[in-house]
Amino acid sequence: MSAAMTAVPEAPAIAPVSPRRPLAMVAIAVFLGGLFTWLAPAGQVTTFIFNLGQQFFEIPDWSVNSRTAAAAFALIAVLAALAAWPLHMRRRSVLWPSAIMGAALIMSFLSWVASDESLPVTGLLQGSLLLAVPLVFGAMAGVLCERSGVININIEGQLLAGAFMGAVIGSLTVNVYLGLLAAPLAGALIGVLLATFATRYFVDQVVVGVVLNVLVIGLTGFLYSRFLSEDPDRWNNPPRLPNITIPVLSEIPVVGPVMFEQNLIVYLMYVTVILVQLGLFSTRWGLRVRAVGEHPDAAASVGIRVNSVRFRTVVLGAAVAGLGGAFFTLGSVGAFGREMTAGNGFIALAAVIFGRWTPLGSLGAALLFGFAYNLQNVLSIIGSPIPSQFLLMAPYLVTLIAVVGLVGKVRAPAADGIPFRKSA
Amino acid sequence: MQLQLRGMTKSFGDLVANDDISVTIEAGQIHALLGENGAGKSTLMNILYGLLRPDSGEILVDGSPVAFGSPADAIKVGIGMVHQHFMLVPVFTVAQNVELGDERVGPLGFLRTSEAEEAVREVSQRFGLEVDPAAIVEDLPVGIQQRVEIIKALTRDASCLILDEPTAVLTPQETDELLAIIRGLRDSGKSIVLITHKLREVREAADVITVIRRGRVVATAIPPSTSETELAALMVGREVSLTVDRGTSSPEAQTLQVRGLTVYDAADRVVVDDVSFDVRAGEILCIAGVQGNGQTELVEAIMGLQDRVVGEIHVGGTVTSHPETRRMLALGVGYVPEDREEDGLVSTFSLAQNLVLDTISTSRWSRYGIVDYARIDAGARELLAQFDVRARDAYVTAGTLSGGNKQKVVLARELSRDLTVLIAAQPTRGLDVGSIEFVHRRLIEVRDSGVAVLIVSTELDEVCALADRILVMYQGRVAGIVGRDSPRDDLGMLMAGVVPA
Repeated sequence: MSAAMTAVPEAPAIAPVSPRRPLAMVAIAVFLGGLFTWLAPAGQVTTFIFNLGQQFFEIPDWSVNSRTAAAAFALIAVLAALAAWPLHMRRRSVLWPSAIMGAALIMSFLSWVASDESLPVTGLLQGSLLLAVPLVFGAMAGVLCERSGVININIEGQLLAGAFMGAVIGSLTVNVYLGLLAAPLAGALIGVLLATFATRYFVDQVVVGVVLNVLVIGLTGFLYSRFLSEDPDRWNNPPRLPNITIPVLSEIPVVGPVMFEQNLIVYLMYVTVILVQLGLFSTRWGLRVRAVGEHPDAAASVGIRVNSVRFRTVVLGAAVAGLGGAFFTLGSVGAFGREMTAGNGFIALAAVIFGRWTPLGSLGAALLFGFAYNLQNVLSIIGSPIPSQFLLMAPYLVTLIAVVGLVGKVRAPAADGIPFRKSA
Repeated sequence: MQLQLRGMTKSFGDLVANDDISVTIEAGQIHALLGENGAGKSTLMNILYGLLRPDSGEILVDGSPVAFGSPADAIKVGIGMVHQHFMLVPVFTVAQNVELGDERVGPLGFLRTSEAEEAVREVSQRFGLEVDPAAIVEDLPVGIQQRVEIIKALTRDASCLILDEPTAVLTPQETDELLAIIRGLRDSGKSIVLITHKLREVREAADVITVIRRGRVVATAIPPSTSETELAALMVGREVSLTVDRGTSSPEAQTLQVRGLTVYDAADRVVVDDVSFDVRAGEILCIAGVQGNGQTELVEAIMGLQDRVVGEIHVGGTVTSHPETRRMLALGVGYVPEDREEDGLVSTFSLAQNLVLDTISTSRWSRYGIVDYARIDAGARELLAQFDVRARDAYVTAGTLSGGNKQKVVLARELSRDLTVLIAAQPTRGLDVGSIEFVHRRLIEVRDSGVAVLIVSTELDEVCALADRILVMYQGRVAGIVGRDSPRDDLGMLMAGVVPA
């Protein structure tokens, strides 16, 4: 009988690929690269400095003609964009060409704006990492919560609570490590509120998150003016975390000073990212968290208690954000200031989405945003031809472009933001 | 394992879903629970699986009472469930889905992937359920996904397996395969509970049949001695005819023509692939096929409800290449959507409002933008009577009606306009037998009044009962267009993408 049958031909499973994306990449590379080359003064020299502190060997400073360098990097950017074309048409990932194009455009840009100046590259990267620290912690908090199916728009509040408690406990006890312990506890406390409303009373998670942000801003603001600014020596004078230099590693040129001459919180950040990545994708705990965020009914049908998994994951995430908040008061600034997190929590949320809800992707996104922040700082110090108001926009512009333009199609955890109720 | 349910009662508000139900499921038996949608079968099984708690009644396993607080307790005593809507995480692998909740872990809770995959392979070989443990579940066809569900239960050492409407999403061939698997499991000593409303399967596979109607056990039957008609009567509570008096069709001019229609989804996949067909005035063309082979998207594309559509649609003499909903309605196309709760009605609106949703802007119901409620209400009362909608009055909200009455409201609205084409997607899904008869009769009447009727149905029985011609879809393509008298086996093969010689 089977000899008499013919199979219906298999349908081509996919629509024709539109070349819109590589086209846009080439257009952007040509336009921006051309613009930077045109703006870069031909007669001037841009110097890139790589040395910082004591290293195994010194990379000599690199001085080039501004326009030549801008043009060369622009060319690399265009080539990377062109390389993305065939990959995209064959439905391959264009992550690497995009990254190379972005980096080359940034170098082209720097060749222009730092003409006749010296640009401390290593210093720029070091500062970028520091500014990215709260973003990375915030993004890890976001990844954890949203993987379990709870939208965490409350990262900002959790960071702020961590910053506040870190400062206060650190000051009162005159012990920076007790402050460092208090910060995640404060974050977790806010997380308990979020988790309770989200998983027990099924309140809209975005609304609860916003309300909790307002609550933390108001509460810390009130306590700040009532106590911290009244008697700063007692309440708002925490010791700062010392920098720990890791032997050997810290002497690698560029990488060493950027990564291995930092304080404890930065090292905790490395550990956190690795733990979240391994935890989510290689352990039983992670499998259950993801199951609960993707298909809670399926998880419930094999006896997993969905809302309790969500509750614990949200509290854990909030604790991670709280720890990140401590970086503001114990790691960098040294004292608490009103609303000092300044939107970092929301940028962290953007990093979660840009990083496609993966720990490593979000880490990359957070680092990019940190770089945009610091570039603005460095350029205003060395003096650049761009008005400072425009530079202030840079981080947000990068965020916007990244989230809207480069992300492409992203898929959030299927049950993200949807409360889980048993059928009876 | 012998499983006994005694005096199970469960109510939701006023509705008594289970009323003192007692059933005994013996080891090594296929026990079918037969009943219409809403008869209380699923409620009963959810109680047995620990998902719901009964108001009263007890569960006995091998004679001793047990209490289930959650599915974990039910799993522990050896009850496994294959849900109608698969409980599988689409982005996980087969092995991850199978082990979820009972993972194989090393130190620090790290997953042992290869051990988990080996466990799946072992069970799938032992019971002849072939599947690749490393495949991502969302890439698998539904028949295989169902296998994964069965494996999931078997790896948990289920000795009693509950299958909830397992054939709803399967082709006839896949159904046969499944029934063979079920028999194999029974022969290895498992007890099987088969929840279904399909008489054919029940008669084919079950050793014992318990018929449930309105939350009560109305009969226990042994298949060979009870005919399909008898079973249907037990299920519905009165004599039913399983066939529709369809009369003869007298097709005229071609009214709806679809040419080279292709639809892409959001993920760039081709979901409808170069589909062409005609429907003539005065005939019913049924689109058959297993759920998810592009029927939904095809119909939505014709109605202008899909984004990325290529191809031409002719209605009467008018050609459209980019169908737009309002235009299609103006051309006299009536549409009964697949999901009547979501797309067919506004459940918080009154029946009267729902009945004029698409015609509210015409001079019949409003003037200068002011709605004339008196006329709308009068019109609504007339339609509700005409379509036998059982509702207190025209002001009750649509959400409070039963499925059958909701569908009658949708039909009433669509048929209240002058139509040239009627498109009905899954017109009787989830309805009780009485409502199905009503809807079928109406559809035949519409055909006889000279309208071109296009019906999408995944129920082969319905297709055979109504169609003048049958178009079978497979993977977004037309697998074949055949006459109404083609053998069911041929249709089944077409539904599986095989063209019979």
